[in-house]
Amino acid sequence: MIELTEVTKRFGGTTAPAVDRLTLTVADGEVVVLVGPSGCGKTTTLKMINRLIEPTSGTISIDGVDVTGLEPHELRRGIGYVIQQIGLFPHRTVRENIATVPRLLGWDRARIERRVRELAETTDLGDDMLDRYPSELSGGQRQRVGVARALAADPPILLMDEPFGAVDPIVRAKLQDELLELQRRLRKTIVLVTHDIDEAIKLGDRVAILSVGGHLEQYAPPEELLRAPANDFVADFLGSDRGIKRLSLIRIADIDLEPGPVVPPGTDVDRARAVMAGYDTDWVAVVDGDRMLGWVTNDGLDGRSTIDGVDLEPFVTRLTPNNTLEEALDAAISSHTAIAAVFDGERFLGMITVERISREIVR
Amino acid sequence: MIDFVGDVVAWFLDPVNWVGSGGIVSRTWEHVQISAFSTVAAAAVALPPAIWMGHRRRGGIVAVAVVNIGRAVPSFAIIALALPISIRLGLGLGFWPTFLALFALALPPMFTNTYTGIAEVDPALVEAARGMGMTETQITTRVEIPVAAPVIVTAIRVSAVQVVATATLAALVAWGGLGRFIIDGFAIQDNVMVFAGGLLVAGLAIATELAFAAFERRFVPTTTGRSAGEELLVDVTVAPQHG
Ligand SMILES: Nc1ncnc2c1ncn2[C@@H]1O[C@H](COP(=O)(O)OP(=O)(O)OP(=O)(O)O)[C@@H](O)[C@H]1O
Ligand SMILES: [Mg+2]
Repeated sequence: MIELTEVTKRFGGTTAPAVDRLTLTVADGEVVVLVGPSGCGKTTTLKMINRLIEPTSGTISIDGVDVTGLEPHELRRGIGYVIQQIGLFPHRTVRENIATVPRLLGWDRARIERRVRELAETTDLGDDMLDRYPSELSGGQRQRVGVARALAADPPILLMDEPFGAVDPIVRAKLQDELLELQRRLRKTIVLVTHDIDEAIKLGDRVAILSVGGHLEQYAPPEELLRAPANDFVADFLGSDRGIKRLSLIRIADIDLEPGPVVPPGTDVDRARAVMAGYDTDWVAVVDGDRMLGWVTNDGLDGRSTIDGVDLEPFVTRLTPNNTLEEALDAAISSHTAIAAVFDGERFLGMITVERISREIVR
Repeated sequence: MIDFVGDVVAWFLDPVNWVGSGGIVSRTWEHVQISAFSTVAAAAVALPPAIWMGHRRRGGIVAVAVVNIGRAVPSFAIIALALPISIRLGLGLGFWPTFLALFALALPPMFTNTYTGIAEVDPALVEAARGMGMTETQITTRVEIPVAAPVIVTAIRVSAVQVVATATLAALVAWGGLGRFIIDGFAIQDNVMVFAGGLLVAGLAIATELAFAAFERRFVPTTTGRSAGEELLVDVTVAPQHG
């Protein structure tokens, strides 16, 4: 656990503090994202944790131990650090770069080699990459090496300063996904800095929003930030589309589904048409217990007395409870009936409507 | 003209000119000795403080200005100024005045370039190194020196070549070296000997250049596919003890 208590930093010759009485706790295994406009003290805060910058006042402790009581270089060997510019050593191969901290710690050769290979695999770097120099890598590969190097000695804490700032949006999205995947397995305590609110929402278990002068405006899980911004600054920073952003954080499992325009086998056509009218659709689905048999349009019922025996179409887009409301919205809209069906494996769970989703936006 | 070239070739082919205390072999050895001694001494004095100041990224500008005052005084003048003092102190005629002149010649570029080379190492590398838990000494020996090595080695090479060329002056104050052929040849109006001496100095300067180039290829860390040598100039160079 990392605890910052009333931490203030004033740089020499300045009156306004870069960080102002910041109190913040990061729990073990949690990803905390520091986000805010340029110059709000994100990097300064991060660097105070590994003592690249010393606070003017206040205390920082890790697992209850005040960091100022430790030798800086020993403290830092136990904390992974990824800087925005990556800072790979140009005169060292990828292998040697990754091995930096293990070498400082005096691990033996075989152990280092094993660890390097393990990390190359974890961070999706090919073995053939290990003997290359940083200048021979793409931007995304360099970022991965930077992360692998920070993870090398398996530190419980990882500090990342805009780790994905230097790559294009597509690569960034991929690296973000990889980090989340990595974190699911490794359960590190991560403090990550970014000025991209979408990145913060995507990566953070909790997000700290700072304003210039190092004031903590709000510290909460992303869903809470978006639902209940503490003040105008936070609301502005989240953007006017924060309702929409929130959809990506809510899973279908979190909300109640509706039955949708469905009828059991054997229903007569008049009854089926009444169900359609109730949902304002021109189709109806046939469900036997929790088994979805398919759907048919209004026209397909002409000349029939019951629903049995009509040609049923399968649902092409099938949502699962794990999908987000953002994905549900996308599916519902593109089905042009404003309704999408949700399945758990073969089991039909219910339907989700655009109307239902929009209730989550305005809430 | 043809005759002259023939005479020079003949001079080089005459074994008498190679052996003995005044021969090419011993003159070359003298030349190499004083050049190497001056260059190594200047490097030993210039590099540690330059590296240290470069690491701190402070104080270097002033130091560079001070060191470069030495550059303004011509080598010949230094010899002239040092000669009477050397004699007064009983240090003899030729060696020390020449050494002083060569030392003063070699030091400023080595100091300046080393300081600049270290100070200009990408701050991101230094921050990454420090952030991963390297001590200040380790940052210097494992990151700054290897990264700045091409600049540092180039500085030493440029100085060494200048020193080899200038060591010719030693002959003026009764020290040996290849300059003797030029001075002595001049005294007895033997143009062939003067010319041969010039060739020898030029040849030695070029040889020095080539030797450094070979050293650089072998020992200076690369930043692309690894070359022949596996040993890198890592963790071996003089490092200031601090931090
Ligand atoms: N070494 C320093 N000396 C003086 N002032 C500094 C120093 N480092 C940072 N500052 C100032 O402290 C404030 C916070 O800087 P910091 O680097 O923490 O901002 P940041 O939130 O990381 O910004 P960015 O998003 O641009 O990286 C800024 O006003 C900056 O100018
Ligand atoms: Mg920053």
